[in-house]
Amino acid sequence: MAAPARDRTISVEVNGESIEYDVPARRLLVHFLRDDLGLTGTHVGCDTGNCGACTVHVDGEAVKSCMLLAVQADGARITTVEALATDGQLTPLQQAFHEHHALQCGYCTPGMLMSAAALLERNPRPSEEEVRIAIQGNICRCTGYVNIVEAIVAVGEKA
Amino acid sequence: MLLREVEYARPSTVEEAIQLLAQHEGARPLAGGQTLVNVMKARAAAPDVLVDLADLRELREIGFSSDGLLEIGAMVTYAQLMSSSEVEVARPVLAEVAATIGDVQVRNRGTVGGNVCVADPTNHLPPLFVALDARFTIRGAAGERTVPADEFFVGVYMTAVAEGELLTKVSLPPSNGAGDGFAGVTVGRHGTYIVDAAASVGAESARIAIGCVGATPVRASEMEERLAGSDFSSDAVRSAASNLGASLDPPSDVHGSAEYRRHLAEVSAVRAVVQAAARRKGGT
Repeated sequence: MAAPARDRTISVEVNGESIEYDVPARRLLVHFLRDDLGLTGTHVGCDTGNCGACTVHVDGEAVKSCMLLAVQADGARITTVEALATDGQLTPLQQAFHEHHALQCGYCTPGMLMSAAALLERNPRPSEEEVRIAIQGNICRCTGYVNIVEAIVAVGEKA
Repeated sequence: MLLREVEYARPSTVEEAIQLLAQHEGARPLAGGQTLVNVMKARAAAPDVLVDLADLRELREIGFSSDGLLEIGAMVTYAQLMSSSEVEVARPVLAEVAATIGDVQVRNRGTVGGNVCVADPTNHLPPLFVALDARFTIRGAAGERTVPADEFFVGVYMTAVAEGELLTKVSLPPSNGAGDGFAGVTVGRHGTYIVDAAASVGAESARIAIGCVGATPVRASEMEERLAGSDFSSDAVRSAASNLGASLDPPSDVHGSAEYRRHLAEVSAVRAVVQAAARRKGGT
């Protein structure tokens, strides 16, 4: 039987790369991504599970990486905001954020992008209402959300 | 945030999980972690050992028993409830309510077992399961037992699940044409409930449970008795709900006074029962 331990060697696929890493059981996934792997695109906003700035995909689903221990992700496929643009080429979603001025300070943007990307994966042409539900777990304190919603809806309209 | 040191185990069978929970004092099951990880950050909980249920596939299933009960594994997520054809056929109200819990990210991780075992008085599923007459299957070293919903919720953050035991599934009886409803008033559009009410209405009877007004869901027994044999018209339901508030002893807090909660209890119960009655099959 697997005895309880304070550390665990986890095997994860992060942005397509297979990684084995020894992590303390108490480490949050967001700190594993940022501090151990240096993937600082994923932000820590509130650290209480409310703001969604730390949203990443675990096995294709949007989750808040501050509400998950790194050891819970053992065996999972993780995607962070760094996986969106390749070779400096923005994805249509990122391009839409740029064109619609969907960010001001930009702190919430990685989480917004990951929530929106998860939505568009399942539902390529979401309505405004569907977009608002999808980003309900992501707080933006600058924009009032209007331009963010417009940007995500616009990606669907072009799809 | 840096959590307190904790040990972690990931059993591959339910038996192994129960053994781990029984062997280690201060061990707690970890389901989706959407409550537990946060209370660990706040140091409101400080388990010594986390027993992660992630690999227990049998707890992730939704299906029907041979006698027609809808069985929901403790590790079934809210997102799974929302997309389950079994739930849609048998008890669609579960999918509706699941869709209003937390946000997308929380619904992807949060579980049915976590929601009921945390037993926060403002959680959505406890009153709903009381109204639907759910049975809770609890497994421990001594074997398996089944607890009815009226006895499962014991107090604030307390359930019938004892130390060293694990909730494995929640079973719902066939609706037999009954309609189910859920209503309440939230803080903001998708926020926590100030008061909620769940109802299941059959041909001639109703089960009604009120949430957020006590340590555990409160059955509206007098209202149920008044509705026995009723035609469930809006007027009949409204009149049956009168004085429901007076029978309650709800808390006062920043979201509402006790008096306001008494009022909301009547309003919510009426809405839930009227909705449930309209959804009955076979008509009366």
